[in-house]
Amino acid sequence: MGHIKLTNVTKSFGAVDVIHGINLEIANGELVVFVGPSGCGKSTLLRIIAGLEKPTGGELAIDGKVVNDTPAADRGLAMVFQSYALYPHMSVRQNLAFGLENTKMPKAEITERITEAARMLEIEPYLDRRPGQLSGGQRQRVAIGRAIVRRPVAFLLDEPLSNLDAELRGSTRAELAALHARLSATMIYVTHDQVEAMTLADRIVVLRAGRIEQIGTPLELYNSPANRFVAGFIGSPHMNFLEGTVEAVQSGKAIAALPGGQRIEIAVNGANIGKGARITVGVRPQHITVGSDAAGIPASIKLVEALGSETVIHADVSGQKILVVAPGQHNLTPGTELRLSLAAAPLHLFNERGLRLDHAV
Amino acid sequence: MSRVAEFLLRRKGGKGWHWTDIVTWVWLVGGLFIMFGPAVWLVGSSFKSPAALAEFPPSILPYVTQKATVEGYDKPLDLYDVTLPDGSKATLAEVRRIGIISQMVDPQKPGEIIKVNIAERTPVRQMSFATGNYTEPFTQFDFVRYLWNSVFVTVTATLITLVVNSMAAFALSKYEFRGRTFAMLLILATLMVPLSVIMVPLYSIISALGLFNNLWGVILPTVATPTGVFILRQYMLTIPDELIDAARMDKASEWQIYWRIILPLTAPALAVLAIFSVVWRWNDFLWPLIVLSRKELYTLQVGLSIYSGELNVQWHFILAMTVVTMIPVVLVFIFLQRFITTGIAGTGLK
Repeated sequence: MGHIKLTNVTKSFGAVDVIHGINLEIANGELVVFVGPSGCGKSTLLRIIAGLEKPTGGELAIDGKVVNDTPAADRGLAMVFQSYALYPHMSVRQNLAFGLENTKMPKAEITERITEAARMLEIEPYLDRRPGQLSGGQRQRVAIGRAIVRRPVAFLLDEPLSNLDAELRGSTRAELAALHARLSATMIYVTHDQVEAMTLADRIVVLRAGRIEQIGTPLELYNSPANRFVAGFIGSPHMNFLEGTVEAVQSGKAIAALPGGQRIEIAVNGANIGKGARITVGVRPQHITVGSDAAGIPASIKLVEALGSETVIHADVSGQKILVVAPGQHNLTPGTELRLSLAAAPLHLFNERGLRLDHAV
Repeated sequence: MSRVAEFLLRRKGGKGWHWTDIVTWVWLVGGLFIMFGPAVWLVGSSFKSPAALAEFPPSILPYVTQKATVEGYDKPLDLYDVTLPDGSKATLAEVRRIGIISQMVDPQKPGEIIKVNIAERTPVRQMSFATGNYTEPFTQFDFVRYLWNSVFVTVTATLITLVVNSMAAFALSKYEFRGRTFAMLLILATLMVPLSVIMVPLYSIISALGLFNNLWGVILPTVATPTGVFILRQYMLTIPDELIDAARMDKASEWQIYWRIILPLTAPALAVLAIFSVVWRWNDFLWPLIVLSRKELYTLQVGLSIYSGELNVQWHFILAMTVVTMIPVVLVFIFLQRFITTGIAGTGLK
C-alpha cells in the first residue's frame, strides 16, 4: 500500500507548460521530499498526485492502478495544506470527523479514530475549540490529525511548516519525522527549504522549472550533486562556485586558472576535460581552510559573521564572491587580506552547461 | 443631561467653532430630520382622528380639542381658553361662530351667552390616541388574512432566493468553466431591465403556467435576483479555494461542499441578502397587484390600497396599517444586522 508511480507526467496551464515529463517512483513507506525554488512546479506536482489537478499527459499509478481519471476523494490519499485549510466554522472534532462522516463510517469508529489521533498529536484539550481559537502550531497539528484519521494510502504535505516560527518549525519537523517512523506510511512532502528536505527525507527530488534535476538520498545530493543547480541548492550556506579555464591536464591532475590569475590544482580522476575548457569549480564553505599559507588563494574580507561556534567569512577572490565557514572564533576585520586553501576540500567540477564532470569527490 | 449636551456640542480641537463643525452639525441634524422625521410623523399621525389629520398646520403628536357636554345643548361643545375683555381668563365652550365673533357659554353657567372675538380664544387640546385606527381594520377588514399572505410570500420567496442565488453564486465563483464571466455579466445585465418592461411577457408566462391568482405566481418570478447573485458571488470569492480542495480530499461531494462548507461561511452575505429580500418582497406592490385579483389572496400592500378609493382616501387607516406593515421589516433588520457586522468569528487559515 502506498506505492506511487509517475510516468511522463506533464501539465500545462493554457499555453504555459509547468511540468515537463516527470518520471518518478515512490516506494511504500518512503518519505520523499519535493524541493525546489518557488514556481518550480513542486506544489502542482503534488496536486496532480492528490487529484486536485488533472495531468495534461502521462500516467499516474497508485499501487499499480492507473488513477488519472479517479477523483481526488477516491485515491485514498490525505493532504495537509500550507494554509492548513481547516474549516473555520467547525470545531476541531468536527474538522477531524468531516472526512470520516463522508465515508459513512459508524459513529463509534469515528470517535475511536479521533481519540487516537488526538492523543498521538496531543490536541485532546482543544477538540471542542474552533480553529480560530488555536495557535499556529496547534492548527498545524489539527491539519495533520485530519490526515491521520483518514488512514490514507499516502500523506501529501504541502509546505506544512512554512507558517510556523523558526523554533516551532524545528520541533514540529522532529515530530513529523517521528510520526513517519511510527505510521510507516508513504509521505510526499513539498518544501522550498532544503534544511527541511535534508533532515526529513528518505529521498529528495530536486525540481527546477518543472523538471527533475536530481533524485537521491540527502547525502547523495550533498556529496555528488548532478549539476550546478543542485549543488547550489543543497547545503547551507550554499556552495561556492569559481569560474576558471583549464590550462593543463597531466597525470590525473588539471591546472585551472581563475580570472584573477591564481591557479588551482584539481584531481580529475578520469573526468573528460581538455585543455582550454571552461569549467566551474564548486567548493562548500565548510571545506575551505583559512590560513596564511603563501600557496593559498588571496582573498579580501568583505564581512565577518561571528556565530560563536563558527565564523562565516564573506570574501572576494578577484571579483568572485566566496563564503567560508571556519569552525571556532576568529579575530578578523573586514578589509584585510587572508589566504584560502582548497587543498583539503572535496571539489565539484561542472562543465560549461553546469553538468557535473564525472569524477570522484 | 449635561453629558448629552457636551457630546452633541463637541467640537474640533475642543475650542471655538470651526466651519467644519457647523457644516457637520447642520448636515447630521438635517439628515436626522430628513431620515427620521417622516417615520416619526407616520407613527404619530397613525393615532390621529380623520379630523386631526386634516388640520393645518399639522402636528407631530395626535391632539384633539377637548369637548364638554353642556346642559341645554345636544352635542358636546368644543372647549376654548378665552381672554375676556376685562383681562381675566376662562375656559368656555363654543356654541356657534358667526364671522369673527364666537358665541360661547360657560359650562358652569349654561344660561348666559358670551361673545368673544375669535382671535381671543385658543382651543383646549390634549393628547388622545385614536387606537381605533388600529383595531377597526382588524375587525372590519381581513387584515389577518392579508398578513398571512404577506408572511407566506416573504418567507417562502426569501428562502428560495437564498438557496437559488447561493447555488448560482457558488458555481460562478468556485468552478472554472468556459463562459463564466459572460454568464456573470449576463446576469448583472438583467439589472438594467425594469419590471415594467417585462411585466406583460411575465404575465403571460405566469398565466400560461396557471399561476394566476396564486401566491406562487407572486413568489416564483422574484426568487432569482441579479443583486443577490452578485453579493454572494463576491463574498464567496473571498473563501479560500484550499478549503474546497481540503473538502474534496475529505471525500465531500459537491453538494456537501456547497451545503456544509460554503453556505455556513457565506452567512454574513446571506444575512444581507435575506434583509434585502424580506424588504423587497414585503414591500412589493405592483407585481402582486397584477397577479392577485381575488381579495382573499391579497398581500398587505395590495390590501392597503383598499383604503384609498377613487373619491375618498381613509388616511387614518392607511397610516395605521402602514405602521403595522413596517414592524416585521424593522424586526428582521434589528435581528439580522448583527450577522452583517459580526462576520465569521474565527478563520481556520493563518
